[in-house]
Amino acid sequence: MITYDTDPSRYAHWRLSCDGPVATLTLDIQEDRGIQPGYKLKLNSYDLGVDMELHDAVQRIRFEHPEVKTVVITSGKTRMFCSGANIYMLGLSTHAWKVNFCKFTNETRNGLEDTSEHSGLKFLAALNGATAGGGYELALACDEIAMIDDRSTTVSLPEVPLLGVLPGTGGLTRLVDKRHMRRDLADVFCTTSDGVRAARAQEWKLVDHIARPQQFDELVRARALELAQQSDRPGGKGVALTPLARQADESGYRYGHVEVAIDRAARVATLTVSAPAGPQPQSAEEILAAGAAWWPLAMARELDDAILMLRTNDLDIGLWQIRTRGDLDAVLAADATMAQHKDHWFVRETIGMLRRTLRRLDVSSRSLYAVIDEGSCFGGLFLELALAADRSYMLQLDDAGKTPKLAVSPANLGLYPMNNGLSRLATRFSGDEAPLAAVVAAAGKPLDAAAAEALGLVTFAPDALDWNEELRIAIEERTALSPDALTGMEASLRFAGGETMDTRIFGRLTAWQNWIFNRPNAVGETGALKVYGSGAKAKFNWERV
Amino acid sequence: MSIDYSQKIPNNVNLASNKTLQRALEHWQPAFLDWWGEMGPDKSTTADVYLRTAVSAEPQGWAHFDYVRMPDYRWGIFLAPAEEGRKINFGEHMGQPAWQEVPGEYRSTLRRIIVTQGDTEPASVEQQRHLGLTAPSMYDLRNLFQVNVEEGRHLWAMVYLLHAHFGRDGREEGEALLERRSGDADNPRILTAFNEKTPDWLSFFMFTFITDRDGKYQLAALAESGFDPLSRTCRFMLTEEAHHLFVGEQGVARIIQRTCEVMANEKTDDPVRLRALGVIDLPTLQKYLNFHYSVTSDLYGAEVSSNAASYYTNGLKGRFNEAKLEDDHRLDSENYSILDVVDGKIVERQVSALTVLNERLRDDWVKDVQAGVSRWNKVPEKYGIPFRFTLPHKGFNRKIGIFADLHVSPDGRVISEAEWQARVADWMPTAEDRAFVQSLMGRVIEPGKFANWIAPPSRGINNQPVDFEYVRFN
Repeated sequence: MITYDTDPSRYAHWRLSCDGPVATLTLDIQEDRGIQPGYKLKLNSYDLGVDMELHDAVQRIRFEHPEVKTVVITSGKTRMFCSGANIYMLGLSTHAWKVNFCKFTNETRNGLEDTSEHSGLKFLAALNGATAGGGYELALACDEIAMIDDRSTTVSLPEVPLLGVLPGTGGLTRLVDKRHMRRDLADVFCTTSDGVRAARAQEWKLVDHIARPQQFDELVRARALELAQQSDRPGGKGVALTPLARQADESGYRYGHVEVAIDRAARVATLTVSAPAGPQPQSAEEILAAGAAWWPLAMARELDDAILMLRTNDLDIGLWQIRTRGDLDAVLAADATMAQHKDHWFVRETIGMLRRTLRRLDVSSRSLYAVIDEGSCFGGLFLELALAADRSYMLQLDDAGKTPKLAVSPANLGLYPMNNGLSRLATRFSGDEAPLAAVVAAAGKPLDAAAAEALGLVTFAPDALDWNEELRIAIEERTALSPDALTGMEASLRFAGGETMDTRIFGRLTAWQNWIFNRPNAVGETGALKVYGSGAKAKFNWERV
Repeated sequence: MSIDYSQKIPNNVNLASNKTLQRALEHWQPAFLDWWGEMGPDKSTTADVYLRTAVSAEPQGWAHFDYVRMPDYRWGIFLAPAEEGRKINFGEHMGQPAWQEVPGEYRSTLRRIIVTQGDTEPASVEQQRHLGLTAPSMYDLRNLFQVNVEEGRHLWAMVYLLHAHFGRDGREEGEALLERRSGDADNPRILTAFNEKTPDWLSFFMFTFITDRDGKYQLAALAESGFDPLSRTCRFMLTEEAHHLFVGEQGVARIIQRTCEVMANEKTDDPVRLRALGVIDLPTLQKYLNFHYSVTSDLYGAEVSSNAASYYTNGLKGRFNEAKLEDDHRLDSENYSILDVVDGKIVERQVSALTVLNERLRDDWVKDVQAGVSRWNKVPEKYGIPFRFTLPHKGFNRKIGIFADLHVSPDGRVISEAEWQARVADWMPTAEDRAFVQSLMGRVIEPGKFANWIAPPSRGINNQPVDFEYVRFN
């Protein structure tokens, strides 16, 4: 079983050091410590294990180091920044492993941009040596890129000419969308396996700053401090991210506020998320004192971990039922507390964590059913879980006191935008203003199934007589469908509205890269990815499809 | 531009009829001369040097001797004569006619190969630029200059290929070859070993014996290339490289001989005593050998290399003596034995031959170095001195490849950091050793005179006497 647990004392590949407002993340990969057997992580190339550490390190800077305003990402190797994802690892991996790996690395990189935008934590890539493929894509996710100019170091995206695949972490999209590189120059750049040296890289907008080796550290320092000026992170005492208490076995994963029960025969997981219980911190000081135990953060970390565990370890569990337990008012109260302190750095980071966790749910290639039954509490933040689902079932009981209720709160109106930049409610009604206005007008009121159905907030509202059978049949029907078709269909329906850079990156990744990853020209016996490193020459089927 | 480059630049590539190439070289040649003035041999521009100049690629044409001032040296462009109907001898394209033009598919790879090779040529001139000031004899000074001008010519050869076959990118790379500087932290040469200093003549001889021999093997592998102009260029360069190897091997042999003479005369092998007598003791020579051998070994790159494999499959870079090897020249199913480290022990392992072509080329080079070392050993043998030079284990002092993170003793044991630290001064030149060697360096330039630490050669250059005036200072 793969877990995402790590902390700086256990990192094999990254070093995290903090110096006042500047943190430095140094990539120094140990080639013999790949997460899977069968390949060596040469030339600072990475696999899922390396990226887990990066993800953890960024999380720790967010929460444990509020004094950090700029993160410098650089390399501990000589004349080598990073050569991207390890090709032998990709060659050995199953399609599912590659896709899951790419998804996680994309989420981590998008997370850097999300944090820069919302939390004022800036990222500076300090390319102190050769930078290729995913190494350059990591740099592209940073706010600025500085590159060493020693007349021989290059940046490149050699995937197309060398490997017959695409840059898999948003490289193509960010070249033209984020860095506004001209598409014809991007075309040249992406087909030149050697890449370009510093002077041309700057001319083509691939990097922002260049400096000679003797001046490079000085440049990086100066840019890091300059970027720090744009940050409003306040400093002070951080919040330690204590290890997650996870019990894991064949039957699922159990945490404090999240429980995952897996029915392997039915290929269904039930995620149950619990509302806060008992008195909760009210003031900023109390919240900070609660730290990692503060319910919104604790729940977010557990839910995030549960999603990753399911994605990585339970590929055939194709349907996730999402349930909630607890007091609706307690969830709404938590929303209100977060809203009250949303400008406090810790609350802001926690909201960011929730935002990214909900997005992780949005892009998970599993069918999501929200089950709104007795004892549930889909209000505000928890309503987002139901809105993220592909469909929802809400129980309608005759007893008005006992029938489950859900509630819309201000948290549903834009606090947790999806990758498309819209709230889940706005996406749901997809430009149709009247039903959205009706939902907004109903904010704060507990709504039973009939009312929720009338407002378009739930898909079905069976009564007690039908409930069990409706649910059973809906699940059995779903899990009988083609998992590939479902993945494509769900992703197509989930993200209505305009495109953003994030949606373009994920859309193109899932459509193009995953298509290419399945084609004989990449992974057939003589495909480019398969033969890479063997010395054999790829043999292509020349038909354009 | 009134210079007739087709005349000024001896060539067998029909330069006069190639306007594009002429225009390119008109831009490049002044920059080359500026570079030579700035980075070529120090304080050498007014001397007349008895040099060999290639004036044609025929056997009688490439060893034309005369006095020449080095800035006026006629750096020529010579390709070995074309072989009628030459075919590609290995890889995926085996049996197809050799390419006369760069295949678009391999353009950037070939460019990188040529630039990497080309970059070493000016680098070694830069590394050696101050040695003329401490030459142990006029004969040696002339040999140094010969090596320098021919490295310059090898740069010309690579720049010719870049200009003739790689368009604008090639011209830019040609300029960049003159802009990088050996040892300049801001602007280094591409390969690490070519940024090391060549601080004294012992280092120079070791370098030409060992590191230029890497050059020989790289050129030999490129001489097999399916890209015919590269193949022909490298074949001709190899004829010149042979002289550089001779300079190194004979230079060290003469140092050994001088030390052995003193050892025999004084009946001592005490290094302190020998040093006091102004010769370099044999253990110190062994340490220099260890250093240069291990550093140069890294130039072959990692044992397992996907780049080398694809160069081979694509017909760009072959094996040493490829055409003479008897196998399928594709290596689809061949194995090759390499060393590996498993649980701290050095073991042999069979791997796909295609993936370890760097190691194979390194092995060819090792055999060749060993042959030279065996010839050196005849010198102490002749004097009845039991000392013998040996090559250290392949894993000794390596920074690249399987042994990079380990310490390996010269006799091939994996050892601890502590043992390495305790013994490294016995195995590699110390600062004190280097200072001692440096202390011997002084300028000897009367014809026929030699510094005390080196014996005269048995014969001169081009059948001239040893006391011939090889360099005329003006």
